[in-house]
Amino acid sequence: MTVRVADVVDENPIVEHPQPTSFKGKVPPVAVELLDVHKTLGGREVLSGLSLQVYRGETFAIIGGSGQGKSVTLKHIVGLLAPDRGVARVNGLAVNGRSDHLSEIRRQIGYLFQEGALLRSITVFENVALPLREHEKLAQKQIEERVMNKLALVRLADAAAKYPSELSGGMRKRASLARAIVRDPSIILYDEPTSGLDPVTSSTINDLILDLQRKLGVTSILVTHDMASAFRVAHRMGMLLGGKLIKIGTPEEFKTSEDPVIRQFIHGESEGPLTREAP
Amino acid sequence: MVSRPSEPNGVAAFLASIPIVGMIYRRIAAMNAWFENACDGAGHALDLLAHSLRALASAHKKTDAIVLQTYKAVFGSLVIVFLTALFSGMILALQTGIELQRYNQESSIGYLVPVAMFREMGPVMTAISLAGLIGATYAAELGTMKVSEELDALEVMSIDPVYFLAMPRMIALSLSATALTLIANIIGSVGGAVVGQAYLNVDAGLYFRNAETLLAAKDVFGGLLKALVFAVTISTIACSQGMRAEHGAEGVGTATMRTVVYSFTYILMFDYLIGWALY
Ligand SMILES: Nc1ncnc2c1ncn2[C@@H]1O[C@H](COP(=O)(O)OP(=O)(O)OP(=O)(O)O)[C@@H](O)[C@H]1O
Ligand SMILES: [Mg+2]
Repeated sequence: MTVRVADVVDENPIVEHPQPTSFKGKVPPVAVELLDVHKTLGGREVLSGLSLQVYRGETFAIIGGSGQGKSVTLKHIVGLLAPDRGVARVNGLAVNGRSDHLSEIRRQIGYLFQEGALLRSITVFENVALPLREHEKLAQKQIEERVMNKLALVRLADAAAKYPSELSGGMRKRASLARAIVRDPSIILYDEPTSGLDPVTSSTINDLILDLQRKLGVTSILVTHDMASAFRVAHRMGMLLGGKLIKIGTPEEFKTSEDPVIRQFIHGESEGPLTREAP
Repeated sequence: MVSRPSEPNGVAAFLASIPIVGMIYRRIAAMNAWFENACDGAGHALDLLAHSLRALASAHKKTDAIVLQTYKAVFGSLVIVFLTALFSGMILALQTGIELQRYNQESSIGYLVPVAMFREMGPVMTAISLAGLIGATYAAELGTMKVSEELDALEVMSIDPVYFLAMPRMIALSLSATALTLIANIIGSVGGAVVGQAYLNVDAGLYFRNAETLLAAKDVFGGLLKALVFAVTISTIACSQGMRAEHGAEGVGTATMRTVVYSFTYILMFDYLIGWALY
């Protein structure tokens, strides 16, 4: 396909965005941007030119098979991993640039780790209170109020005094979610928020994600295997395969996609192009 | 982290395919990797030490953790320190006493044993006990936190893991080692007196009068200086090994084992160097 300059420089550029969020009809500002990110880990190129733009106030779901690099992608956004090539930017600031930019970026991000990553040596309450104690000058009473408020949101108010080792996997995940949102971040990265949860609790978490987006205008990136959850909460989604997002589109577009790879993945079929050749 | 190619390529690959050359190449590559790894390790430990020293500026914010860690270190090792010190003093008295008896000089164990305890045996035996008991615990704790992403979680919350974990442990171990060394010195000297009285017919009163005349402030403070250096060495090695642990439970085991072995080696090396500088 040839692209002529005349096509690109248009008087009235039509920028397609499936669900313009806060700025109807216009391009919303980009909150999170990954450009041509390459990353080799353990001798294997996990990300090979991944690009992604997530707009402010949008919920973007990343789907893809196990080991395709979904968690690795999220880690590039908070600077836990640095790209070998390419850039990651949050609100226009380069993640791997200046260290004061990085702390500014991290201040705005809540990160739900796939395995929870709660500190084992302190209680659930103290885990959730930790970011407040370290960064905000609040009286004990205010800390208690905010922590209990977030724990109630994830339905864990009863478990505040327990240690992480006394919780089930799903409870740990929810406690970790409470910790991720305790400082009211404007961007939340969820690594499989509903895995290991029963259908009712899953649905509470989905409601919470929707609520945070609608009421507070939070930007979310959600990694998930749970198609029902992705279809319910995401404005747009992308499928990660072979180190790239092979398709980005609305949940509708994914549901009606004719692409056999996408069809196989979202319908969870064992026969198809994904399983035909060993990756 | 430095990624190093394990497989030769290009000209090197051709040379490596010649049997003898290949063998030598692989030996050199293995030695090189070992050396690089050792340098990486030492570099990381020195970085960590510098970083911990800088973090001392905010030590006042971690008083709770420092108190807790000091308590754990002192009470976790008191019995072992007591026993090793007691037997060190007893062995010293017995072995030197038997030899000195041949020249009817056994009464001078009061000069020998306490000086040896305060200068050498007290600090070294205490440090070795602390390396095995507390250093190993630090490595296992931090290693487990590393492999379960707790350290990443701290970093994402803009909480410096060195300030949060390593610095309080360094202070706690320094305080504990100094106090325990002083106790060990006294216990060991008393042990010597007991052996003197029971087996060598050396009056305990004479033993302590002799000890008093010979023991100088330099012996006492030199020994405590050693204790301090050993404590910083142990906690730096332990935290550095723990923070770099990889590959799950096995990596935690390796970090713990290395902490003990490296600590023993460095304790003896620094012991010699400080002794050489002081006397
Ligand atoms: N620190 C690391 N060192 C080496 N390899 C790594 C590291 N982290 C991830 N990988 C590799 O990168 C690949 C992608 O990992 P990632 O955790 O992103 O997968 P994922 O898509 O999140 O999978 P899952 O759905 O199972 O969580 C895997 O093959 C993994 O082995
Ligand atoms: Mg993952």
